[in-house]
Amino acid sequence: MVASEFGDPKLVADLAAKIASLGVANAQLMEVCGTHTVSLAKYGIKALLPEGVRIVSGPGCPVCVTSDSDLSQAFQVAKTEGVTLATFGDMMRVPVDGISLLKLKARGCDVRTVYSPFDVFALPSDKEVVLFGVGFETTSPGVAAVLREAQRRKVTNLSIISCFKLIPPALRALLEGSDVRIDGLILPGHVSTIIGSSAYDFLVKEFNVPCVIAGFEPIDLMLSVYSLLKMIKRKKPMLVNTYTRSVRAEGNPDAVRIVREYFEPVDSEWRGLGTIPKSGLALRDEHSGLDARLRFDLRPTTVPEPAGCMCPEVLRGVALPTDCPLFSKECTPENPVGPCMVSSEGACAAYHNYG
Amino acid sequence: MIDMCLAIPCTIEKVDGLDAVATVAGVKRAVRLDLVENVRPGDVVLVHSGFAIQKLSQEDAAEVINTIVELGEKSGW
Amino acid sequence: MSHELFEQVFSSRYGNKYLDTASDKAVLKMGRNRIAFTSDAFVMSPRQVPGCSLGALSVFGTVNDLLTCGAKPLYLSSSFVIEEGFLFDELNQIASDMASAAKKCRVEIVTGDTKVVERGKADGVYIVTSGIGAVIQGVDVSGSNARVRDRVIVTGSVGNHGVAVMIARGEFGLSADVRSDCGSLSDLVLPLLRKFGSKVHALRDPTRGGLATVLNEISIESGVAIEIDEKSIPIEPGVKAACDLLGMDPLYMACEGTMVLIVDRGIENLVLRELRKRGARRAMTIGAVAGSPKDRVTMTTSIGGKRYLSMLRGMSLPRIC
Repeated sequence: MVASEFGDPKLVADLAAKIASLGVANAQLMEVCGTHTVSLAKYGIKALLPEGVRIVSGPGCPVCVTSDSDLSQAFQVAKTEGVTLATFGDMMRVPVDGISLLKLKARGCDVRTVYSPFDVFALPSDKEVVLFGVGFETTSPGVAAVLREAQRRKVTNLSIISCFKLIPPALRALLEGSDVRIDGLILPGHVSTIIGSSAYDFLVKEFNVPCVIAGFEPIDLMLSVYSLLKMIKRKKPMLVNTYTRSVRAEGNPDAVRIVREYFEPVDSEWRGLGTIPKSGLALRDEHSGLDARLRFDLRPTTVPEPAGCMCPEVLRGVALPTDCPLFSKECTPENPVGPCMVSSEGACAAYHNYG
Repeated sequence: MIDMCLAIPCTIEKVDGLDAVATVAGVKRAVRLDLVENVRPGDVVLVHSGFAIQKLSQEDAAEVINTIVELGEKSGW
Repeated sequence: MSHELFEQVFSSRYGNKYLDTASDKAVLKMGRNRIAFTSDAFVMSPRQVPGCSLGALSVFGTVNDLLTCGAKPLYLSSSFVIEEGFLFDELNQIASDMASAAKKCRVEIVTGDTKVVERGKADGVYIVTSGIGAVIQGVDVSGSNARVRDRVIVTGSVGNHGVAVMIARGEFGLSADVRSDCGSLSDLVLPLLRKFGSKVHALRDPTRGGLATVLNEISIESGVAIEIDEKSIPIEPGVKAACDLLGMDPLYMACEGTMVLIVDRGIENLVLRELRKRGARRAMTIGAVAGSPKDRVTMTTSIGGKRYLSMLRGMSLPRIC
């Protein structure tokens, strides 16, 4: 694999020079992928870009956009006798009213982190196992595969709380709203690997916004910024795929198919963006036996945002983490108020940790 | 702790039905092949949360690098 | 132990000038001499990982702590809390590992205690040690002694121990040929202290929290900035790959046989030569001390970008040491 060339400092410097020579004085680009948030911060890309070119984070951190209502449902399951709640790492520390899955675990609830959804098969089978399904299109296919495998093995003690969300409807909602400036979009490389580049055609057709599908190596990131600025300068918005080594026009049809077999799009509540039509996944009726919300009678609740917390504005890209009055004061990684600071992919955590 | 979209290119070492072993720099991990077809030892795949999600194309990777190296103008860029 | 826990519960009650500086080590004046005194508890799980066993770690870890005080390690105590039913064979192995380690470090285990608790009240065995060493004349090593323009040197590659334990635990389904770097640093550090004396300003072993954590601690204790160059930090490919696969960062993974040195810039090359001569082939200068931004560690990334290297709290692997 040519991985090392994708981090070649000389190629990066060449691209930085090309970006500067475009002479774009003022542009705001948005990325919508937590892994992009972290990659951009970890490589220190900000320092290589001209001053007027800003990259803001949008609602790309799945932990951050999961609603408190959904998280409260996970708490309810965790507190139920005879149940093991399996979750992906970062969700453990998100607080709602002072409670978190980590705190519940410390109090004796059976909460376990899994690295892969497939790990649920390794959990003790004498209890009900519930998978707290958080993530975007990169993660939902693996969970669908787990459900298919569970049915093949005739496992009856597994169910999921489906909180999966879809990126294209969120992009539509952001662009239809008028409060955030987006001159160009950096599109998520691994979500795109699944859904394909054709899923984004509407962004140019309906909104005339330049878009680039980008991978996660330094070259990918610099090339995507260069491509966007070039389109902005020429006033020629297009959809460009620079992650061709992984993203095809049709994506991964097998993954898309298996998701459709088990899930269907439903309206979904996103922290910071409200309810977005057909932006989440719910289990199809014929698979309702796998739905933890039915099995455990989980209801939605309304939880107010903590006072002063600006996660909603940060997630929409209308505020920077540094605009939040709690940032680095009351809200720090060890004492987080909102999920943008808890999640290792949250914009606030990235600002706090990387600058 | 764990990046939600993190996916790493790994080389497939062995395949046994839907189970495979993928390796990168000497580190091996079990990987599921439910989401990709016709995977053979030697293929390079992207692994996310224990699943291979795509086969990676060496030609496309090389093309991107060449593009930058030539500092050429491709359509739309 | 976690800083917050210590401050909340113990510091306020025991508070004295020694405790206020560093909680798990102290340099005491006894007559004309300075004695280093350290304390540690070892709960590593699993008890055996490639390159490291609990017994060996309890000796090497204590010895290395004494070295960070600028002291020649001399005597250890070791006490055991043993769960009823713990296998005799394994206990023998632990004792044997400790004896070999002590011999390698030329220290003596002079006192100790054992307590057996009921089954289920301890996880196998816990080892608690104390160490005593004689601070070398003319040496004044402390996390608060870093000065602007000092150089930051590491004696070897980082992250090995933490990653080896993580893999051995089996939770992540990885297998790899990563060995812990667990070992004594006496043969590397003592000759440097004797040769360069007070020009060695600080010594830290990056255990819990890894390299990033000790660099932040030093920058805060000394009220300085530290600038490092990511490209120069030695990391083994297997360590990097395991961390990549799991979204972790080698700079936060524990080391148990690697030291960070902050030295006067005048002796930088001499120190590197001495280290490499004594087998530390990957010893490297990774950065320097600066004036600002105060209390912060900044890193030039592998691609020439710049960003902070922060103290990442709330992320830790339990029971790695």
